[in-house]
Amino acid sequence: MTAPTPSDHRGPAATRLLRHLSVGGAVAPLITTIVAFFVGGLVVLATGKDPLTTYKAIFDGTGLNWLLPWSGDRALAATNLQQTLINTGPLILCGLAVAYAFRAGLFNIGAQGQYTMGTIAAVYAGSSWAGLPGWLHVVLAMAVAALAGAAWAGIAGALRASTGANEVITTIMLNYTALWIGVYLFGLGGPLQANDQPDVPVSNDIVGGAKLPVFWGDKDLQGLHVGIFVAVLAAGIFWVVLNRSRLGYEARAVGFSPPAARSAGIGVGRTYVVTMAICGLFAGLAGSLDILGWQFHLATNDISASQVGFLGIAVALLGRNTAIGTCFAALLFGALSQGTSVRNLDPAVFQPELAQNLTTVIQGLVVLLVSADVLLASVWRRRRARAGGGGAAAAPPTPTTLGSVSP
Amino acid sequence: MSARAASAACAAPAATAGWAGILAGVLALFVALPPLTVRSDALVVVLGALALAAGAAALRGGERKLGGAAILAGLLGAGLGYGAAHTATGGLEAAVSWGALGGATLRFACPLIFAALGGLVSERSGVVNIALEGMMLMGAFFAAYGADKTGSWVLGILIGMLAGAALAAVHAVFAISVRSDQIVSGTALNFVALGLTGYMYVDVYGADGTPNDLPQVPEVHLPTSSLGFAGNSIDDQNLLVWVSLVMVVAVWVFVFRTRAGLRMRSVGENPRAAETVGISVQRTRYLAVIASGALAALGGAFLSIGSVHSFTQNMTAGKGFIALAALIFGRWRPFGLLAATLLFGFSSALAQRLPQLTPGAENVATLLQALPYVLTLVAVAGVIGRSIPPKADGVPYKREG
Repeated sequence: MTAPTPSDHRGPAATRLLRHLSVGGAVAPLITTIVAFFVGGLVVLATGKDPLTTYKAIFDGTGLNWLLPWSGDRALAATNLQQTLINTGPLILCGLAVAYAFRAGLFNIGAQGQYTMGTIAAVYAGSSWAGLPGWLHVVLAMAVAALAGAAWAGIAGALRASTGANEVITTIMLNYTALWIGVYLFGLGGPLQANDQPDVPVSNDIVGGAKLPVFWGDKDLQGLHVGIFVAVLAAGIFWVVLNRSRLGYEARAVGFSPPAARSAGIGVGRTYVVTMAICGLFAGLAGSLDILGWQFHLATNDISASQVGFLGIAVALLGRNTAIGTCFAALLFGALSQGTSVRNLDPAVFQPELAQNLTTVIQGLVVLLVSADVLLASVWRRRRARAGGGGAAAAPPTPTTLGSVSP
Repeated sequence: MSARAASAACAAPAATAGWAGILAGVLALFVALPPLTVRSDALVVVLGALALAAGAAALRGGERKLGGAAILAGLLGAGLGYGAAHTATGGLEAAVSWGALGGATLRFACPLIFAALGGLVSERSGVVNIALEGMMLMGAFFAAYGADKTGSWVLGILIGMLAGAALAAVHAVFAISVRSDQIVSGTALNFVALGLTGYMYVDVYGADGTPNDLPQVPEVHLPTSSLGFAGNSIDDQNLLVWVSLVMVVAVWVFVFRTRAGLRMRSVGENPRAAETVGISVQRTRYLAVIASGALAALGGAFLSIGSVHSFTQNMTAGKGFIALAALIFGRWRPFGLLAATLLFGFSSALAQRLPQLTPGAENVATLLQALPYVLTLVAVAGVIGRSIPPKADGVPYKREG
């Protein structure tokens, strides 16, 4: 997994995956999702509960019923939808962090670590510099968080570029290194542990001026903050950079074929570093949204319990590494985790602790089936190749791959 | 190796510098520990700096491995020595009561050994397995569940291993037959295992947790406590710890000394050539991946019914990834990964014991937990010789024609 030259010849795993994923459009992800929910329903059935009422209860908890104006409790639905969208923002950004790397033929498993570095930087910036004007403080804290994520991801990119170290391995290791750095910083006796709570492993609270403004719902009851716009805006930037800029062109060219990109004069190593750094920007920004938007402080438990970055992998794969797809996939997963949260799901219908695990199973199945729809895609292509008079050998990668994946 | 290096050391000044650097790094930690217990930062820092300088000199002289090792030894020695120098002497003596530390090292290493051996079998046959974490978790839950339902720890272990093998079989289908991306499939199965075990745990045991009278894997008592530190480390170990050590030898014999092992390696290095001489790549890989799941699950079973005698959600907490790190750090070799797991186990044991006994410096020990990951980063980056995986690792195989 680490040898540099052979892996370039056969194309990195992510490149192969990318080629497959370019076939099929939005239909396959939909089928994938439906099948995953179906299997999840079987699990519910196996434990003697009714899958349909369970899914209905989860759906009501997501707040998405707010979009159906005839539904019952509007205020409750609005509150739930706010929480769903609070979840969705960081998921979009972590999805983008994984998706951007995929497009360059890199597999960024490290969104979790980059997210963690972002939360650490955001909570540090947000709890210091108390004198700053509010908007400047928010922007600075977000920038610092994004840069922290970029630096962390850049390590993996630089190692790939300079020594050929496989980014799957390095990003996994960086995830856990980030986790323990966080636990060290905010643990008892740690350098950044709260000044006024010596017995609690938590950071200082961020100051009021560093909080993201709330635009829907009650400011004191965790209404929806503007982070969702930041995330959607980032998805737009992702699309522009990828499809309309030199950086994105080089990334896609390297993702398509590193040797070809090299002979076209593109610095492959440099592209790896820049691409990973851009991924880290997205993931680090995701961390800042959670800290500045609703958490306001960071406990060591938050760091070890967080799964946002790992879910980013599922989001990116389901969203087929496109900007729009990532947004919808993030909404699905954001809604799922909201709909199964303890305060939303009625235990009489279905135990929320069970439902949270059910969500994890469904997420896993989605990812597993995404890798299977790769099979469908290749079978489909082979059929076509055969119908066109071609041999049984695998069809060569479609030459339109570079352009055709855009949303 | 050491003889060759020693003779080289006489010839090349760079190699001498490298070895001197390693020595200085080790000394930096040694002086701060009992019985010397030097309480001066200066000595530790000077020794660490010497190690770094010697390492740099060795690197410039072209000794990549030795230089890197010296720099690493310097950093580690200075860091650990500095930490030790700032802890109370009494606490330190208790924490570094070597027998207890050695015992804890083995206990921390045991699950990692099983899982890393599982990873070795799978990756030597050419299938990347980052679902070790999930397979361990399956083993941990189903061993506890099986032991509880059958009342027998033997059956519990078997049921746990079956569950791990079942998850591995899914990985095999997707990675080998479907030829889907092995990293994606592994990631997916980690999620599935986390959700599935959590779901069943909540469904079966709910808020009460696993029962207190869960059958346990017995401890093996040896009359060795009078034999000093080594005897103290092994006199009271769990049966599975011994099994894990035996497995290291068994896997080594299998992989490097049997026909089947040779075939497995050939499938992992060059599947086309293996197929040409009549070895079934598919069958070999299926068996290897499924065995890998059973082995990793055995590590999980140690966690639940061998070590803490209960199951909690996500109780592996990243150990599968440490095992992956140990596999890479040990360069896909049984004794290499044994050394790596012992090193990682030692750092965990130290991290666990230091804070209990040294008020004031609890938190520095936390950083030791990051050590396996940082060392593996260093290893894959090739600072101390590069870890090179089996050639066809992670490449799906497709028959021609």
